[in-house]
Amino acid sequence: MDSKLTANSSQPTAQKIWQLLADVSDPEVPVLSILDLGIVRSLAIDGEHITLNITPTYSGCPAMNTIATDIRLRLLAEGYATLTIHNQLSPAWTTDWMSPAGREKLAAYGIAPPIDGTASGHALHLFGEATAVRCPLCKSGHTHLVSQFGSTACKALYQCDDCREPFDYFKCHA
Amino acid sequence: MALPDLSPAHGATLPYPAGLRHQLFQYVVQLADTSLILAHRLSEWCGHGPILEQDLALANIALDLLGEARSYYQYAAELEGQGRTEDDLAYLRTAVEYRNPLLVEQPNGDFAHTVLRQFLFDVFHYELLSCLKAGPDERLAAIAEKALKEAAYHRKWSAEWVIRFGDGTVESRQRLEKALRTLWRYAAELTAPTELELGLQAAGLVPDYAAVQAQAAAYVAHVFGEATLPVPTGAFAQPGGKLGRHSEHLGYLLAELQYVQRTYPGLTW
Repeated sequence: MDSKLTANSSQPTAQKIWQLLADVSDPEVPVLSILDLGIVRSLAIDGEHITLNITPTYSGCPAMNTIATDIRLRLLAEGYATLTIHNQLSPAWTTDWMSPAGREKLAAYGIAPPIDGTASGHALHLFGEATAVRCPLCKSGHTHLVSQFGSTACKALYQCDDCREPFDYFKCHA
Repeated sequence: MALPDLSPAHGATLPYPAGLRHQLFQYVVQLADTSLILAHRLSEWCGHGPILEQDLALANIALDLLGEARSYYQYAAELEGQGRTEDDLAYLRTAVEYRNPLLVEQPNGDFAHTVLRQFLFDVFHYELLSCLKAGPDERLAAIAEKALKEAAYHRKWSAEWVIRFGDGTVESRQRLEKALRTLWRYAAELTAPTELELGLQAAGLVPDYAAVQAQAAAYVAHVFGEATLPVPTGAFAQPGGKLGRHSEHLGYLLAELQYVQRTYPGLTW
């Protein structure tokens, strides 16, 4: 990693910082950047001091500490050392904030992207029908939910009835 | 490298007078302890679940609760303002200082036992979070808003399993009934207010438990009906956890939970 150990002599600009943030990816799904995820809520620059507000996805998401560290390292590599990262709990993160580019990247990676508007209604229906999700691999609409709880807090486990492959669905969280 | 500073943006203003702030601190610690202890119990299932998908479900629920606990501990540490961190609160207090209700420290038992313990907690937790989300404390409302989305799925998971067990086979029903005979006595404590809670209810910071209890009871009745189970009528209730009077189980649990931090004080990585 090309790292400048001396403080950057030029003032940080919002544009520059946003560019650097686009380099920080989700540790679990490396095709997604934190900007695609919509977890960076605001950026403020006061002279040399950078303040960033990020919003955690799930309460217990273990990637958030890693993401915060990665942000710090990425900025440090460009000489920006005066950084404060705040955890902004409200408004709560929702998959509505995921960018269209992010959704495409997920699908290309083999994870079915969230389908808007399908969130908590399901949680209130016992034994109700699961969200219908298209297989990201063979594109068939004949799939079924295996478990609401998948490999990570944000994902559910589905299986395709046509190609028989299991796949992750990024749950709509709204 | 030091852990990144994830201090919440809204933590700056604490408008409460000192006495009330201390009471709120104690209540938030109670919320944190409750979620932490239950998360720990669920994590004990990791690798031991009856089938893979349920092993994952239990671990996922545990993780949600652990995240919620961390949010509460962080807030509590700020309210206390004595320099203690979330880790100090979670790892360096003794059993008598914990304020979780007795239900969540009960051992896992078999899968039916864990399911029922989870269900009795989830119906209460869902209603409590719904109230806190609409309450006047901004931070609690923010934590509750987030946790409520997850709690809805926890309650769905545990309710569906209660129904499968109750309206299942002879054996599944027997196992659930056995769990009920052991655990029912711990349910009432969840909505039986302590002096601390009464004081905070008067200040409008903690919701009225009568309303929470009514909603939870209605949901229990509905799910037990689907499970073809009678709702127990016994009035005996075993309280004490919220006052620091715990069962013998908590000591062993904390010995595991706190072992590393206590063996290597101040450990970081």
